[in-house]
Amino acid sequence: MSVLVYTENWDGKFKKLSFELVSYATGLAKMAGTSVTAVSVGKVEEEELKKLGTYGAGKIINVTGSQFDILDNQVYTSVLADVAQQENASVIVFANNNTGKAVAPRLSVKLRAGIGTGVSKLPLSLEPFTVYKRTFSGNAYAHLIIDTAVKIITLAQNSFDLAETENKAVIENREMAVDGSLLKTAIKDVQKQAGKILLMDADIVVSGGRGMKSPDNWGPLVELASLLGGATACSRPVSDEGWRPHEEHTGQTGKIIAPNLYIAAGISGATQHLAGISSSKYIVAINTDKDAPIFESAQYGIVGDAMKVLPKLVEAVKSKK
Amino acid sequence: MKILVCISNVPDTTTKIKFAEGNTSIDTTGIQWVINPWDELSLTRALELRDDASTGVKSVTVVHVGPASSEPTIRKALAIGADDAIRVNAETSDAWFVASQIAEVVKKEQFDIIMSGIESSDYNGSMVGGMVAEFLGIPSVSAVSGINFDNGQPVLTREIDGGKEVVSVPVPFTAVVQKGIAKEPRIAAMRGIMMARTKPVKLYEPVGGEPLTRIVEFEKPAPRAACRYIDAENAGDLIEILRNEAKVI
Repeated sequence: MSVLVYTENWDGKFKKLSFELVSYATGLAKMAGTSVTAVSVGKVEEEELKKLGTYGAGKIINVTGSQFDILDNQVYTSVLADVAQQENASVIVFANNNTGKAVAPRLSVKLRAGIGTGVSKLPLSLEPFTVYKRTFSGNAYAHLIIDTAVKIITLAQNSFDLAETENKAVIENREMAVDGSLLKTAIKDVQKQAGKILLMDADIVVSGGRGMKSPDNWGPLVELASLLGGATACSRPVSDEGWRPHEEHTGQTGKIIAPNLYIAAGISGATQHLAGISSSKYIVAINTDKDAPIFESAQYGIVGDAMKVLPKLVEAVKSKK
Repeated sequence: MKILVCISNVPDTTTKIKFAEGNTSIDTTGIQWVINPWDELSLTRALELRDDASTGVKSVTVVHVGPASSEPTIRKALAIGADDAIRVNAETSDAWFVASQIAEVVKKEQFDIIMSGIESSDYNGSMVGGMVAEFLGIPSVSAVSGINFDNGQPVLTREIDGGKEVVSVPVPFTAVVQKGIAKEPRIAAMRGIMMARTKPVKLYEPVGGEPLTRIVEFEKPAPRAACRYIDAENAGDLIEILRNEAKVI
């Protein structure tokens, strides 16, 4: 048995997410008495690649090639299938993010490998191979047995602690190419916001709901998020009303996030909203209605008007810095 | 151009999930079944494209893999406006099985665009769309929040970290769609409900395909500790607690 982990890079850099994945793969390899190989696709400097070794990857394969400049799902599936076969991988680990969701299901078919998505713990057992996965939008978890020789896991974000190890990694550069006819995706335009902390990456998220009453009242919320080094989010009615952009909608049909701290201001906590945030480590609820369901999910609660409470929080952060 | 929309039959999203048979299955008593929310948005966008003559989209078919008991959900999709439907008559097991059945349908009946939701609200798998594409050896685009047409060719918007990309792929392809694809799900009008009764639902029997995975047990998430309240007048104390006790800021 050997564990292969796909570590995506963003403009040549890894994120905390990448190190979580390697830490998880290392934990899994320890259970199975085997080693971890990390595979990165695209140009990444050696100094950056070495970081993956710090979290336990014994071998780091750095795949380069002109076909990998844009994400074409078929091309990425094909090259990762080649690496998986070269390395004789028996478990392949992905992030449960956009790229993981785009590539892992295809790879499952290509390798005839059973897949467990949104996994949030190390396997419950290796024989049979049983993973613990999110179902019903966080209202239940399932023990899923994967019956095939090769297995694929996508790991839920922020579900596994980083673990550094004493480890020497070998870096191997591989120039690779796949069947050129697979490359069919053409990029016509890219719109990117620079310099903003992304909601999916943020450790701290400050989020507002209808209780914010108007799009003009978000000043203190945005300021609090910025002071805490976090991102801003909102509930569905707020994005539907156009008070905040759609990218900020967290909830069942919006973004599903798992920050260390989620501050919900003026959000009542409908089931659909909780589905997007229930994996947060700490939830703070601020709401005028003491019976709002959000308080059942929160560890800390303030019964009060978000518009009065948020400025106090801003003040407190500033004065105690 | 023909669009196929994959629909999944899921418990209404407000359902309190209960387990049965020693936590090995879901207790379906009293559950309201609905079209998976993302699939409903896919269907809505597909119908908007069909109703716009400039796109060249001629028809929208829905496909569902499931037993006869999911027929009401298929009729609902027809009432919303799909032209016809296909049901593969099988108990669903895992995504691999479902995707293999949909791929068989596409092999028999040609479609140009196959749309599926980015996940279903029951098993949160995010798998079927990509798997169908791989079974068929055709392109797939994931995290799609927009489909438009430019000179008769589909153009897709996909979400990437921190932004969006506008991409094109040749037909046939699968689009795995997420929020943004349509503003609000289309609602069935009375005329649509009447018409749905007579729209064709073609039945296929399943072809091979053993599942690769199986669920053996369910459990509830660990309960959270009771909420600790901080007085609104002294809201600033929260910052102290988050810093020194929870140690998250």
